[in-house]
Amino acid sequence: METETFQPKIVAFCCHYCAYSSADLAGSMRIQYPPNVRIIRTPCTGRLETEYFMKALETGADGVLVAGCLEGGCHFVEGNLCARRRVNYTRDLLVEIGIEKDRIRMVNISAAMARPLADTIADMVETVRKLGPNPIKRNGSSKSENPS
Amino acid sequence: MIVAQRKTIPDLLAIVEKHRKLLVLGCGTCVTVCLAGGQREVSIISSALRMAAKLKGLPLEVEEGTIERQCDNVFLEQAADTIKNHDAVLSLGCGAGVQALAERYSGKPVYAGLDTAFIGILEERGVWAEKCAACGACMLHLYGGICPVTRCAKHMLNGPCSGSREDHCEVDSARPCAWQLIYERLKSIGQLDELKKTKPPKNWRPSLAGGCRTIVREDHRV
Ligand code: SF4
Ligand code: SF4
Repeated sequence: METETFQPKIVAFCCHYCAYSSADLAGSMRIQYPPNVRIIRTPCTGRLETEYFMKALETGADGVLVAGCLEGGCHFVEGNLCARRRVNYTRDLLVEIGIEKDRIRMVNISAAMARPLADTIADMVETVRKLGPNPIKRNGSSKSENPS
Repeated sequence: MIVAQRKTIPDLLAIVEKHRKLLVLGCGTCVTVCLAGGQREVSIISSALRMAAKLKGLPLEVEEGTIERQCDNVFLEQAADTIKNHDAVLSLGCGAGVQALAERYSGKPVYAGLDTAFIGILEERGVWAEKCAACGACMLHLYGGICPVTRCAKHMLNGPCSGSREDHCEVDSARPCAWQLIYERLKSIGQLDELKKTKPPKNWRPSLAGGCRTIVREDHRV
């Protein structure tokens, strides 16, 4: 029962040139997508490092969505391909930690794909809802410090 | 540069789980370049350890730090206060860095977070290859600059083993035969004659034969 009412928090890293624009377009077209996502605009998904995904999950996100341009359509040629490799690396790392790898996903969306973006977000929310809350939250909040 | 790779998160957790306050300490030199133990990897591994510890209900606090060079006392000093405030250090330096830390901070447990692998180069993005085994008596001048000690699976010093197939090593068909490379290289620089000279058995004494090595430069001592 808990999984049905659970509202996951999803951090969505969206590329400025595609997914972010399509989210904008979805707004203009009044296409609704679940309010569970917190969108973070990035100049290119190639800018995203594994540590960003890890920090999002460590500080309480239930899932992470990385949305870059269609393959072959990256504004910076292959940033989206780099991002996919880092997402895959993070998925392997999550398995090592003992967290479900499906809490992070990479998708490719063009600036015109408002409807597919809404569907993708809905599907991600559904996937994470089934997984339940991020298991590290069951044992209290996380702490991160950098002394140097 | 020295090339290393991280241990798995379960292995790392098993090493550090008996402690409460752990410092994960990176090194800003070789292991930063080979993407194993720099500031970024410190951040990733620390996050992973915090999450893994939390899942197991362990009261492990993990802090992050990186110094310029762990194999150098001058830089190790900079971490002194931080190290003092922790129960143990998980070093993401190479084996030399870990040992330099342990020697400098004698009462502090210091663990290796990486498996130090070899001396090598970045061959292409994301691919590192071993090039030198630090044998202590370099013979590269005899082989056109290609090291048979490191790159021939059988360390052949007087020509190939005759097992190569289509220029590739019989021990690992994904790897080019070092002797094919040596032949082509010597040919291209007009030194094929080198191959006619028989090399005597290699003197391994400057290598690891008698335990670890030390180099002393009297002109630089104080
Ligand atoms: S001959 Fe020895 S020192 Fe020279 S590259 Fe080969 S292993 Fe290194
Ligand atoms: S095939 Fe070439 S590289 Fe491989 S062991 Fe024989 S001589 Fe060495």
